[in-house]
Amino acid sequence: MRLILALSLAAALLAGAAAVRAGEVAASSAAERVVQVTARRFSYNPDVIELELGVPAVIELTSLDRAHGFAVADLGLRIDVEPGKSARVRVVPDKVGTFPFHCDVFCGSGHEEMAGRIVVVAARQKPALIAPQ
Amino acid sequence: MAKATRREFLQIAGVGGVVFASGLLKGCVGAGPTKTTANGADDFYFVQLSDTHWGYKGPANPEAVVELPRAVEMVNALPSPPDFVVFTGDLTHTTDDDQERRRRMTQFRERLAPLRVRTVRLMAGEHDASLDRGKAYEEMFGPLHYSFDHKGVHFVVIDNVSDPKGMVGDAQIDWLSNDLKAVAKDAPLVVFTHRPLFDLKADWDWTTADGSRVIDVLHPYQHVTVFYGHIHQEHHHNTDHIAHHAARSLVFPLPVPGSQPNRTPIPWDPGHPGRGLGFRDIDTEPREPKYRLREVALGQEA
Repeated sequence: MRLILALSLAAALLAGAAAVRAGEVAASSAAERVVQVTARRFSYNPDVIELELGVPAVIELTSLDRAHGFAVADLGLRIDVEPGKSARVRVVPDKVGTFPFHCDVFCGSGHEEMAGRIVVVAARQKPALIAPQ
Repeated sequence: MAKATRREFLQIAGVGGVVFASGLLKGCVGAGPTKTTANGADDFYFVQLSDTHWGYKGPANPEAVVELPRAVEMVNALPSPPDFVVFTGDLTHTTDDDQERRRRMTQFRERLAPLRVRTVRLMAGEHDASLDRGKAYEEMFGPLHYSFDHKGVHFVVIDNVSDPKGMVGDAQIDWLSNDLKAVAKDAPLVVFTHRPLFDLKADWDWTTADGSRVIDVLHPYQHVTVFYGHIHQEHHHNTDHIAHHAARSLVFPLPVPGSQPNRTPIPWDPGHPGRGLGFRDIDTEPREPKYRLREVALGQEA
């Protein structure tokens, strides 16, 4: 008997959704991927966040210096990122593409360069693990 | 040789002109002489300068220090002085140092001293006011938002920068609503802001977080025109009957919205110093109301 272990993505795909669904969350569920992002003048690290289509994720932002913002205009998403606090945003991408984000809280000379992008890629086919009989 | 008339000067300067009547593009017409209308509302003109960023040092303009004095000279060279000059924000380039901020504001004011204009109206940009919520600006220049009347036109200066999130805020929107109560719905109304009130390009922060609320307050007025800065280029847009006109900068031009991945300045071209910089003057006919915009280049465009 073969034992097949694979992540099922089907349950995460939400039919009929118009775009990436996003919202602030207090905590992520066990199934959600958490992406840690730090913000400091005048950059994010990482500045490219890769997400998979239909896979819920939480972007957890922390500021290393002062107040910043995290705004993804194309997704209608924004959150304040303040020192000493974790700002958490939940996203469920249902559209492949590149979605720029930027700091929308003016933070000094260089503020205009504080930006990055979310790249939503098609869900990867997870390799099946086939146990020997 | 007789002194050039204002129209002749503008032809010599090779500037473009376009008429915006009741906030809507109508087409080009010739400039007429200043006249007094039946209701006493004189035609007049004013000059919009923007985004000086005094104190900027960087590759986008290695000659930044000369641009403001050059603009002052060009305004002084106009055949007749404008009724007033308005600076639509970012007078200075931002700094973390409060003393340096005040020093730049002082230097900015000193550079304006030769300007032969009776009235200069100032307002803040985020580079002036966001890091200290307008404290230094208010000390140096006065209130962040205000209104005034001039020859039959009601002017409103709206602050959408001292909140670092680029918001106008409830208190100021209430103030605006009250300020406009005395204005007839068919009276000419001109609004000055730094950032665009509409979502020009939100992912470049070329927007005002609660700008739609301001537009809602303005919407009942039939003749509303907004002049703003921030985006360092000429731009014209309408939200219904409300016209929005962005002015060029006096430091460096920024790219056309969406023309490149990010909003980094257009690189300095040593062969064409000052290209993309400029200011505009606005002939105003309050009775129509009608605005003739002329874009004046500061540098070598060709």
